[in-house]
Amino acid sequence: MLIERFDPLKGEMLRIMDEEGQIIAPDLKPDLSDERVLELYKVMLLTRAADTKALQLQRQGRMLTYAPNTGQEAAQTASAAALGENDWLVPAFRELGAWLMKGVSLETIYLYWYGNEWGSHFPENVRMLPISIPIGSQLNHAVGLAMASKYKGERDVALGYVGDGGTSIGDFSEALNFAGVFDAPVIFVIQNNQYAISVKRQIQTRAATLAQKAVAAGIPGILVDGNDLLAVYAAVSEAVERARAGQGPTLIEAYTYRLGAHTTSDDPTKYREDNEVVEWRAKDPVKRVKQYLIAQGLWSEEQDAAQSAEYEEYALEVFRKIEETGDPQVEDLFKYTYKEMPEHLEEQLSEYLQYLEGKVK
Amino acid sequence: MALLNLISTINHTLDYEMGRDDRVVVFGEDVGVEGGVFRATVGLQEKYGADRCFDTPLAEGAIVGMAVGMAINGLRPVAEIQFSGFMYPAYNQIVSHVARMRNRTRGRLHLPLVIRMPHGGGIRALEHHSESLETILGHIPGLKVVVPSTPYDAKGLLLSAIRDDDPVIFLEPSKIYRAFRQEVPEGDYTIPIGKAKVVQEGEAVTVVTWGAYVHETLKAAEQLANEGIDAEVIDLRTISPIDRDTIIKSVKKTGRFVVVHEAMKTYGPGAELIALVNEKAFLYLEAPPTRLTGFDITIPLPRGEHHYFLDSDRIAAGIRKVVNF
Repeated sequence: MLIERFDPLKGEMLRIMDEEGQIIAPDLKPDLSDERVLELYKVMLLTRAADTKALQLQRQGRMLTYAPNTGQEAAQTASAAALGENDWLVPAFRELGAWLMKGVSLETIYLYWYGNEWGSHFPENVRMLPISIPIGSQLNHAVGLAMASKYKGERDVALGYVGDGGTSIGDFSEALNFAGVFDAPVIFVIQNNQYAISVKRQIQTRAATLAQKAVAAGIPGILVDGNDLLAVYAAVSEAVERARAGQGPTLIEAYTYRLGAHTTSDDPTKYREDNEVVEWRAKDPVKRVKQYLIAQGLWSEEQDAAQSAEYEEYALEVFRKIEETGDPQVEDLFKYTYKEMPEHLEEQLSEYLQYLEGKVK
Repeated sequence: MALLNLISTINHTLDYEMGRDDRVVVFGEDVGVEGGVFRATVGLQEKYGADRCFDTPLAEGAIVGMAVGMAINGLRPVAEIQFSGFMYPAYNQIVSHVARMRNRTRGRLHLPLVIRMPHGGGIRALEHHSESLETILGHIPGLKVVVPSTPYDAKGLLLSAIRDDDPVIFLEPSKIYRAFRQEVPEGDYTIPIGKAKVVQEGEAVTVVTWGAYVHETLKAAEQLANEGIDAEVIDLRTISPIDRDTIIKSVKKTGRFVVVHEAMKTYGPGAELIALVNEKAFLYLEAPPTRLTGFDITIPLPRGEHHYFLDSDRIAAGIRKVVNF
């Protein structure tokens, strides 16, 4: 068991693939075929392409506020890849790779960032909650989903995401505590990207690791290299298996780095040194999987460039379509407040529609 | 039929619905083994097991947050907040998620859940045990807010709340938990959420109130009847959405409007009801619409609380002024 081999209180970190894409812990390599690694890699590439395009579109004034993922693709993609189709995924707001992995279309995701609620309407078969902006609050939903699965005698588990900043908020501790007390089949993944907007990880807690916060809740915690696809996959898979087998919750700290800004509204050069970013660029999670796949003879630089270009083109196409059709119907703004529209909302809607009609004349 | 007080009715109703629908789970602080500090859930853990009626750690936000996840995954959770004054840690969950999930997902997810909490004062309790939170709950789109005033209504409304596909906040006036008994049918019946009840018909003035104050207001109406003033008393029963038709119809008949509530005055629920009357029945009014409410002060500790609460004499005096305007 990985959770027994890596003690978060000692700062031990699970690493399987190094920064050059070399396997450094072959005995810990998860059961993941190279073909599957390539599939996951393509999701990482699409994530990066969609990010790149979204940022360009935002600078052109076409996309609204956007939270970029660059640098965190492995932590996102691998954690979601360890889930089964019926397992629940509970996002915070920076898990693009995970959402794509779970089966949400880029069209839906872009529609969300375009500012339309239909961007949180996922297909029936996608067991994913909408993006949750109030920090940490979603982890209790993950506990509830897991509790309901357990109550119904189903084997589905729930996985909830949070950032390093989110570990400071009460909901985080409450969720771990509830999960522990009720032995809920839930996995908490912290994407520790070192910054909560501008606030450094060291300002969030004096604890040496975030994974060790599991200890006080009486549940296992493990620190993994979040830029290592195989390490994240191995740790989350083990946690999923434990949860499914009735062995309760796990906390996983994926140690990573946000190469871009918090959102398009802030400037990271104000709060961190360039050399820090340069150091982390060398640890790029996408680059190391690419090198691994090239070494296995499954991929090439040419294929890589072509695939990235294709994904960027695709992302642009998706966005263009949204620009044409992405504005909401006025009725929709009112219709989903309750199952049936109460009289006062009907009145407000009809008065407003009459006003709009009058303006058209 | 059984003769039940309000708290036994809540207990009976939870029992009834848990027996009927195994998606219903009940939880909160001291809810399981002890059966609730007011005994609302007494016997339920014994009868249905600890996976259907259970104690939680002490964290209101997580209690409500967990209910959100359970409701999404097919259950019908009924969460108890021990006193409404302890709701604030859960307010983030209530406002940010409970109220919004249906709209946020354009109907893909909805939350059939109930959050019960004792409401209002008059039980000589410690600080934070006497709050009236209609305003901060009724103001939030996506929530339904219910306050029963009798055992009979409590059962019908609670069954409606649990069966509702939208989240319902169920405020239970703790002052009348054990104040009186009433015949409560053992079988199935519901009272629609969003419908007020005319509890006493009259021609002179429309008086709208809810919760424990329904009983003080009826006493006041009795005094007034002896003076020849026949007040129409309406038990609002649902804070949100408001039953506008019942109120407006009555005001058009009486031409006078008084709202009586325990919550503070400024920005209180009475302000909304008076605005409604002004918007819909302004030309029928023969006197300024009036609020009889708590003061804009922190609810006093037990030795001074009687100054804050309205008794039937003060309510009668307030109504008399409007009638004699």
